[in-house]
Amino acid sequence: MGENLSKELNLNIKEFKIDLLKNGSDPGALIPLLQSAQDSYGYVPEKVINYISEFAEIPAAEIYGVVTFYSQFRLKPLGKYIVKVCEGTACHVNGAKSIVDMLLNELGIGVGETSDDGMFSLLSVACLGCCSLAPVMMVNEETFGSLTPDKVRKVLKKYRQK
Amino acid sequence: MVEVKVGLGTCGISAGGYTVYDELKIEKDKNNIDFELKETGCMGMCYREVLVEINDDNGKWLYAEVDKAKVKKIVEDHLISGNPVEEWLVKIGKSESEDPFFEKQKRIVLRNCGEIDPNSIDEYVGMEGYSAIQKVINDDSPEEVIKSITDSGLRGRGGGGFPTGLKWKFTREAPGDKKYIICNADEGDPGAFMDRSVLEGDPHSVIEGMMIAAYAIGAEYGYIYVRAEYPKAIERLRTALGQATEKGYIGKGIFGSKINFDIKIKEGAGAFVCGEETALIASIEGKRGIPRVRPPFPAVKGLWGKPTNINNVETLANIPWIINNGPEAFASMGTEKSKGTKVFALAGKIAKSGLAEVPMGMTINEVVFEIGGGIKGGGKFKAVQMGGPSGGCIPASMGDLKIDYDEITKTGAIMGSGGMVVLDETTCMVDLAKFFLTFTQNESCGKCTFCRIGTKRMLEILEKITLGKGEEKDLDLLEELSYKIKESSLCGLGQTAPNPVLTTLKYYREEYEAHIRDKKCPAHSCAALIEYKVIPDKCTGCTLCARNCPVDAIEGSVKEIHWIDPEKCIKCSLCFQACKFDAIEKI
Repeated sequence: MGENLSKELNLNIKEFKIDLLKNGSDPGALIPLLQSAQDSYGYVPEKVINYISEFAEIPAAEIYGVVTFYSQFRLKPLGKYIVKVCEGTACHVNGAKSIVDMLLNELGIGVGETSDDGMFSLLSVACLGCCSLAPVMMVNEETFGSLTPDKVRKVLKKYRQK
Repeated sequence: MVEVKVGLGTCGISAGGYTVYDELKIEKDKNNIDFELKETGCMGMCYREVLVEINDDNGKWLYAEVDKAKVKKIVEDHLISGNPVEEWLVKIGKSESEDPFFEKQKRIVLRNCGEIDPNSIDEYVGMEGYSAIQKVINDDSPEEVIKSITDSGLRGRGGGGFPTGLKWKFTREAPGDKKYIICNADEGDPGAFMDRSVLEGDPHSVIEGMMIAAYAIGAEYGYIYVRAEYPKAIERLRTALGQATEKGYIGKGIFGSKINFDIKIKEGAGAFVCGEETALIASIEGKRGIPRVRPPFPAVKGLWGKPTNINNVETLANIPWIINNGPEAFASMGTEKSKGTKVFALAGKIAKSGLAEVPMGMTINEVVFEIGGGIKGGGKFKAVQMGGPSGGCIPASMGDLKIDYDEITKTGAIMGSGGMVVLDETTCMVDLAKFFLTFTQNESCGKCTFCRIGTKRMLEILEKITLGKGEEKDLDLLEELSYKIKESSLCGLGQTAPNPVLTTLKYYREEYEAHIRDKKCPAHSCAALIEYKVIPDKCTGCTLCARNCPVDAIEGSVKEIHWIDPEKCIKCSLCFQACKFDAIEKI
């Protein structure tokens, strides 16, 4: 059943080892499955939740419960540029608030939201791990450190013009 | 052969480490020079990344703040002509004098970090790697291993400080044929990056530590539960596990014995509560990471209901060293009840932020001033925050306090996993307490009512105080709620969540009172309680502040003294930061 249903739903997920969930042989496989779905789609689509539910005979509500428990999972796609602003302790004491304020102001979206044009998503993270560069943010894979509100404006401008 | 190493931990990479690495490679090929270019982990000096070390006949030369432009000169002058570029050096060849940042450290956990290439098992083996596991398999019974670890005095480095040997003994003695060992690498404290650096810089030491633990407790399977937010650490762990399996160090019949051992990596999906043992186990089992009642403790009933031992990364990285050097060597360092060393992630308002490993018993002042170089920008040392959201603030007046589990617990803070955030006079303690409570409130799993709702109510009170709407009775209410949450929560998250509030109330009550009675924030940090003003004597009328103001609240023409309209001002601080003449003050 698994493969047919997967084709029917047009699922294309890398390393989707759903068989591990069959008959409850390895319930621990659920989170890695959701992670690989998110890797492939950028978020966890509803059809994937329903598919896993049907295949492994786990109530969809239970899977939804796991998805919403962990901050890593998203139920909606993200923008082209993902701005992750660090609000870890080191960044906080070095003025992260003024950076967040500037981002809210410039992007016109709240934390966890995506702009209407699909260009930017703004996420807040607890620590990016480069405390010595505080305050820090990342835009996709690029890190920007020792930020000032003005520098934030310049970085965003650069991405808008891309 | 001459060796050139680039520090490529997350800190080095964010500072542009790979650009430097690639540029070195280009220069190497272009000039056809014979040197070995290598990756290595974090060298600790995060404040001076990117770091490049050159190892030649004249010793070790460490270059700091290297960028693409500097590479060319280093290659031409040092590597081709043999003239080191002295002005960029932090460590000079054979010279005995070390940078004070390194001088006071004692590197056991970080013994290989920044020394070896974390992608090479051979380099780890070259540093006595995998000799400790062979030694215990050949010479020691599991009970003898447990005795060695108990004798060493090692206590859990994840924060709790439970004696590691005793924990192993419980799991060893628990009935059951199948047992598990789990490495907790879900380092979630904001401002802490010790475990990440160890995993990125020396993954094999953690794997070997796990193998020894597995042998001691009688486990055949291990899991490493690592944060998904640490992609580099996961990548290097996978490489390391692949190499160890290929060499036959992991798998069936390891080192010619009848012992089997296998390790799997589980990526955490982002939930701070999963640092708690029973929540972590639930997460590996594919469920929501919610803690459960203990007992039964994981040592008796853990993963899949089997006896399970959970140790943190730093604890495990200590193990091979203890076996190789003997428990006495480990126990000779530290205080009466806290042995060995502790790794700290120094961050915040400190001049030299980075990773430092110090012997237990060193004082906070020594760490802050002698290793960390004091306060950034010459400010005044106010406090250190230890233990993250579960910990508390220790005021500067207690700077002579020795780093020791029990001494630190007495202050109301905790040793924690090793985050040490240094604060200066510009940090508002009420705001800091609010910051940590926002974090724990967000991360509360919701199971226990007091943790779920109590932290929310506490946060609302703190919010009120920082907005200048606090009332006298709020402080008593905060304390009352704190104790109730501590008493009525199942897991460590709830039991410790009020600590940042309690310690700041204990040592900085007058700051809370200033917010409530005088409607003032002594640190000039809480936006609602400050006002920005132009200092007429200093203002040159350059208009820079007015141009930076997002709400046009600043009036004044060129070469005239400017004026900030308090009605319009949103206190974003942009003018304050923009002014080149210090002509704007916060009052």
